[in-house]
Amino acid sequence: MSDTDTRVPLLEFRNINTHYGAVHILKDVNLAIYPGEMVSLLGGNASGKSTTLKTLLGMVTPTSGEVVLDGEVVNDKPTSYRVERGVTMVPENRRLFKRLSVKENLELGAYLRNDKDGIAEDLERIYTMFPRVKERLNQKSGTLSGGEQQMVAMGRALMSSPRVLLMDEPSMGLAPALVQTNFELIQQIHEEGIAIFMVEQNANMALSLADRGWVLQTGRVVLDDTAENLLANPELQKSYLGGA
Amino acid sequence: MTAASVPNAAPALLPADTSIDWNRITRFGGLLALGLVFISLAGMPLGLNQRTVIEPVLSLGYLALMWLPFLAGYNVGNEIVLEGMEATKKGPRDLLGGLIVGAIGGVGLSILVLLIDNFDLRDPLVNWSPQLLEFLNFENGVGFGSWIWIPFCGLLGLAGASLQLMSQTMRRAVMTVILAVIVLSVFEFLIIDIVDPLKKVLYAQQGGLKWGAAIVVAILAAAFSLFGREPISQVRSNYNDATGPEKSRQTAVLIGLSVLALIVIPMFTGKITQELLANVGIFLLLALGLNIVVGLAGILDLGYVAFFAVGGYTTAVLTSSNRGEDWPSWFPSEIHWVLALIATVIMAGIVGLIIGAPVIRMRGDYLAIVTLGFGEIIRLLFLSDWLNGYFNGAQGITNIPPADFGIFEIKGTDPRSVFYLVLFFAAISIYVSWRLERSRLGRAWMAIREDESVAEAMGINTVNVKLMAFVVGAVLASFSGAIFATKVGSIFPTSFLILVSIIILVVVIVGGMGNIVGVIVGAFVLIGVLGGPKQPGLLQEFSEYKLLIYGALLIWMMLKRPEGLVPNARRSRELHQDEFLQDAWLKGEVDDAVPDSGDVDGTVAPA
Repeated sequence: MSDTDTRVPLLEFRNINTHYGAVHILKDVNLAIYPGEMVSLLGGNASGKSTTLKTLLGMVTPTSGEVVLDGEVVNDKPTSYRVERGVTMVPENRRLFKRLSVKENLELGAYLRNDKDGIAEDLERIYTMFPRVKERLNQKSGTLSGGEQQMVAMGRALMSSPRVLLMDEPSMGLAPALVQTNFELIQQIHEEGIAIFMVEQNANMALSLADRGWVLQTGRVVLDDTAENLLANPELQKSYLGGA
Repeated sequence: MTAASVPNAAPALLPADTSIDWNRITRFGGLLALGLVFISLAGMPLGLNQRTVIEPVLSLGYLALMWLPFLAGYNVGNEIVLEGMEATKKGPRDLLGGLIVGAIGGVGLSILVLLIDNFDLRDPLVNWSPQLLEFLNFENGVGFGSWIWIPFCGLLGLAGASLQLMSQTMRRAVMTVILAVIVLSVFEFLIIDIVDPLKKVLYAQQGGLKWGAAIVVAILAAAFSLFGREPISQVRSNYNDATGPEKSRQTAVLIGLSVLALIVIPMFTGKITQELLANVGIFLLLALGLNIVVGLAGILDLGYVAFFAVGGYTTAVLTSSNRGEDWPSWFPSEIHWVLALIATVIMAGIVGLIIGAPVIRMRGDYLAIVTLGFGEIIRLLFLSDWLNGYFNGAQGITNIPPADFGIFEIKGTDPRSVFYLVLFFAAISIYVSWRLERSRLGRAWMAIREDESVAEAMGINTVNVKLMAFVVGAVLASFSGAIFATKVGSIFPTSFLILVSIIILVVVIVGGMGNIVGVIVGAFVLIGVLGGPKQPGLLQEFSEYKLLIYGALLIWMMLKRPEGLVPNARRSRELHQDEFLQDAWLKGEVDDAVPDSGDVDGTVAPA
């Protein structure tokens, strides 16, 4: 880990605390995502995973601590500010704009961009990546199959030309055969140099891809290690990986 | 054969059930009886009995009862043909079903006749009257009335059921004939208003189609249905199949012709039509605005009338010579309509911001309730004693002058001028709506409508964007308010009841939310035919039952046709997604009937 420490983190949590009303959700959470790496946040239900994502994106304001983007504290900056600077979320369960066409979904991903040429270029890139998406361009996205919806959701996220993708449970609600395809897809996006921050319950799969990982338990980071170490960790094996 | 060997075999056709479904028949019959009694006690037959449909055999009052057994008789024979089942052959069974359903319905009326004859329930039920009894007895005494409805409704049910036995072409022809006669007769005033000479040819002295004319109309309608349909559907499918520039050319021609028709027709028609068109236009303007708020941005604004009121009152205050006395002397007074309109638009925008700002952070139901409240608050402010010196309270602001444009004047006594003004603003509104729908802002609205949280995560500033929708809607409503004030010449708080909001919302929903053509059709059908909250429509006799019909229509639409009157193939597909997916699954088009569970061959091309 020492070689990564010399770089500036792309996105960072410094002692973040978040409350919903009076309920304390995130407790002194420290995270750092470096450019181009793939990291994973593990945790059970109600451990604060989704809140972490929302706080990173600015949809939830922390009660204390600092959210740092490229070395700048962005606590009071709106979501749009962070999206413009390359932070993009792929929401849980894909959540496409169902009544809008595939094309409109993709265009909405590029909502904050003004460079027409760049947008057209990215659209082409997505078409070559997912030929199926191109075939369905004018179809309402709600009528697509689950696998196609996943592609559109990824494409929509890529349209904002992200530097880091925040993925909320990418394998949730997918058929087992698709989970594998989906992780290959994530791998492929990662190879283009985009950092991936993946929130997952499917710990085995997530850790086999990731460089590092954190384990969140009732709002507190209880483990912070490299992926290999986490996979080998007997404690984790027992609670998340279903191993002996 | 064991169960394991079944999957590869062709699905065996289940034998069609040929027994009589007594359960269904009694259910339909019971509902029919309740429906007939309800309509009678709601007063519709009596209220409508003044109008003749066909001289001298049929009045609108009896028609108000007769359509129901006919429809029930037809519907009882409807069946859902499931995959693997064969449609039953229609036959005597269905005729018998129709007959019995109708007869059961008739029993309901017979019982009503006996009850009215023996008990007096006039206190709670105003229409529990001797007049109703007379009507139900065909003025032939209780002895006759107490049984005649049973065979009569039975025959109507039988007639309805006989439709089931006809080929589709025949069925269509029969329906066309019935509709043609009814429409021609019910819209008598409109038709005379447009083509005066027809009065002598078609209609009897005291109203209603002459029976001879009715027969001619029926023959013509049948001929049209049998031979005229082909060319029309040809043109339609040509239009639907066209693509690219050809399609836009045809669309342009279509729009051009419609606009031309709307400009030319009022020149030749009488005042009734012009008045009607002007009213439709005023509500169309409102509906177009609400369509942006509800249809595009998905903000359920139930207080939309507030902006209509602000528009009307601002114009009134600035142009009338009889506004409240407390206005300071420097405040502009009796200014030109165009200047007042500019001020009105600005005012509506500001009020939109003021109301919108606190409301817009809420979602769904909460937002709907709060907007409902604001709509009432605005009206109550205009009504209040507190602001009496400004808005004259319940007396309202009168003496609103016509809008003077030099060569022509726009005033309420000349509904044609109002219509042209409305047409102009409607054109602007339609264009603006159309452009907005395709703009970045429009896309942001739709994204928020679909999923507000995800839209926010895309970087859309949801608060600002929703506020924009509110303001654009407010401005479009204020156009309408300004025209309304000038048309009526005076303005009162009672013109801006909650009912206005509801009716505009119904127009938008019935037409098809988020669909401009749908909203236009909705405005013509609802406001034009049934009438606005206080404005009479074509069916003036129905004005008492307007809300009843609005409600029934709304319920029926929500159940059967949630996509609105103007079908949009893709939108209806998504609303009927279950059925669509089932069909697709049966045809083997998708691997899985449940969209979210994913398909297995979701291949990804190697990069």
